[in-house]
Amino acid sequence: MTEMAQTTAAATRTAETVAARLGRRYAAERRFRALGLASILMSVAFLAILLGTIVQKGWTGFMQTQIALEVSFDPQVIDPDGGRDPLTLDTADYADLVRNAMAARLAPDADRNARRDLSSMVSTMAADQLRRMVTGNPALIGTKATVWLLASDKLDMVSKGQAPRQPGAVGNVLNDRQLAWLGALEEAGQTRKTFNTTFFTAGDSRAPEQAGIWGAVVGSFFSLAITLLVSFPLGVATAVYLEEFAPTNRWTDLIEVNINNLAAVPSVVFGLLGLAVFLNVFHLPRSSPVAGGLVLALICLPTIIIAGRAALKAVPPSIRQAAAGLGASPLQIVSHHVLPLAMPGMLTGTILGMARALGETAPLLMIGMVAFIVDIPKSPLDPSAVLPVQIYLWAGSSERAFVEKTSAAIMVLLLFLVSMNMVAIILRKKFERRW
Amino acid sequence: MSTKTLAVAAVALAALAVTGTAHARDQIRIVGSSTVYPFSTAVAETFGKGGKFKTPVVESTGTGGGMRLFCSGVGENFPDITNASRRMTASEFEACTKNGVTGITEVVIGFDGIVFVNAKSGPKFALTREQMYKATAKDVVIGGKLTANPYKSWSDVDPSLPKEPILVYGPAPNHGTRDAYVELVLDPACEAQPEIKALDKDAKKKACNTVREDGAWVEVSENYTVIQQKITANPAAVGVITFSYLDQNADKIQGATVDGKVASFESIANGTYPVSRPLFFYVKKQHVAMIPGIKEYLAEFTSDKAWGKEGYLADKGLIAAPDAARKEQAANAKALGDMKM
Repeated sequence: MTEMAQTTAAATRTAETVAARLGRRYAAERRFRALGLASILMSVAFLAILLGTIVQKGWTGFMQTQIALEVSFDPQVIDPDGGRDPLTLDTADYADLVRNAMAARLAPDADRNARRDLSSMVSTMAADQLRRMVTGNPALIGTKATVWLLASDKLDMVSKGQAPRQPGAVGNVLNDRQLAWLGALEEAGQTRKTFNTTFFTAGDSRAPEQAGIWGAVVGSFFSLAITLLVSFPLGVATAVYLEEFAPTNRWTDLIEVNINNLAAVPSVVFGLLGLAVFLNVFHLPRSSPVAGGLVLALICLPTIIIAGRAALKAVPPSIRQAAAGLGASPLQIVSHHVLPLAMPGMLTGTILGMARALGETAPLLMIGMVAFIVDIPKSPLDPSAVLPVQIYLWAGSSERAFVEKTSAAIMVLLLFLVSMNMVAIILRKKFERRW
Repeated sequence: MSTKTLAVAAVALAALAVTGTAHARDQIRIVGSSTVYPFSTAVAETFGKGGKFKTPVVESTGTGGGMRLFCSGVGENFPDITNASRRMTASEFEACTKNGVTGITEVVIGFDGIVFVNAKSGPKFALTREQMYKATAKDVVIGGKLTANPYKSWSDVDPSLPKEPILVYGPAPNHGTRDAYVELVLDPACEAQPEIKALDKDAKKKACNTVREDGAWVEVSENYTVIQQKITANPAAVGVITFSYLDQNADKIQGATVDGKVASFESIANGTYPVSRPLFFYVKKQHVAMIPGIKEYLAEFTSDKAWGKEGYLADKGLIAAPDAARKEQAANAKALGDMKM
């Protein structure tokens, strides 16, 4: 009896402790899940804040303000002697036409200061716009036409609400007179916001309304093409040799360790190497995509090799054995069977490495690619910037209108990165084989 | 497949290397000061739009970095022009000569002021150079003895200043602006004190040229935008930047008065604002015959429509030199006069 009582008591105790412990274990489980969820939510929130501020600051960068003006193509200004000589037409003072048109519309009896104020409301690109119109169609001379001209960055900022527009406000970028003129133009429907094509077709510029990313996009394209051309064959060959042919000994171990270490070396170190080797020894042109592409190739190589070896390891040995059993040579085994099967994995690794290279600035600083470059590069030997460098340069510019351009360029860069990663995922999903 | 791509890549690389060496540079290359960068790039762009020459490539390397590149040799791998926010030093000039850079033309392009700014929402500062020295020097004289800077808040330095902790964001030592700050603010205020006057030259230099390392002076090596972001985030913090940057961002930040003078185009140009300095660029004469367009670039830079009182560089914040000085500099640039140390 006492024995039984003891056992039941012990059993109850055990049940109680088990229940208590179970409760603790469930609580621990719940805490763990909550922590995990919280950290995911936090990362999502940070990402949302980051993207949110970029989009909020930058979406206006894709728009630009234009002013409609009735321009009179005065023969006295463009071609006083009437010879229609192409050189005269090309070098005429088109800025004067713009000033005249502004004055005629807003302040017919403007003095010199007022004319300065008027002309600073229109971009200096407006003169180029008129030049192109006239040289393309000389019959315009002597006629009048209403033309949409590009506004200056200051007017653009006021019109987009990024600068104050009350007369007399602190930090006005336009003076009171100019604000009144802008109001008059807006009331008459002579301003509009259009898609900013300049942003996608022009190179860098000191005037924010004329600055574009095309030069940087072309530079990035050349650099990445060189990177791919150099690092992909080298990386694949290294991976195949190390995985399929090399004996396992101390030397290959050493090489493997070094490759893994290289993958973790800060990229600026590769920039220094590039300066010492590609510029000072091989005399490749400074600031050129050739030099940049080679440096980026060095950065990509370890990633490609490591991904390539993983892809080769994933090919089952039975395939190699079957091929060998049918009399294939080691080279045939690799090139006919193993490599094609491992290729999707290798390509994925390559694309991820290239995506990293696309975002690098630090190593390019050393080889002079962080520079003000206006001309669109025509070959990989011409000086050029790349997208992240363009973002860095604009972020440091004192003109306030570059703020939105910076964020807009970041959006373009992110778009490229996302699409490259998408391609990598699609490749993997489509061609990956499971055994 | 891999061998084929490998071969193609090798051929492409070889071709690149060959064209690379055969490719003569037909584009001006400019390096140097980040203070002069906005002006230099504006001239470069206008020059490029003229259509006869390619647009020069301008790198912002800081004055010291630019001098190193500029003085490392003659030939198309070296820059043609370097911008500077202070004069070339004797040792830099020697380095140039040693590397074969024998003819250098010096051009003074105008003036720039150094301003002490804080956020519009913060207190207004009325500073003197002596107060800036007391707030930012590593060692100060108290009771006749050189001691580690004890001042924690501005009101400790002078009761007229706000009761806010001293926090100054300034350019790092690779900036010409930093050199100018030391030369124009710290040195004069420091050497005006009798205890310092008694010291020998080296001790004087050591006592006057060092900024605080206890966290009250924070070095920013990137650019003025970073300084601006820091001071707008903390309205009581003070930033040391150039006048041209303040001019472009006057809606967010305000400049302190220095010795009672407000920084403006007029006060800097006529010299009443005490912290201003000339800006320079240097041209390698040996490159003029080698690289097309250098003379024309100089002509563009030294024309009144660029660096004049109402030129386009004034819109970017450059303070024009007096008419006579500009005329003299333009003539010197045209004649490619040799600079002398």
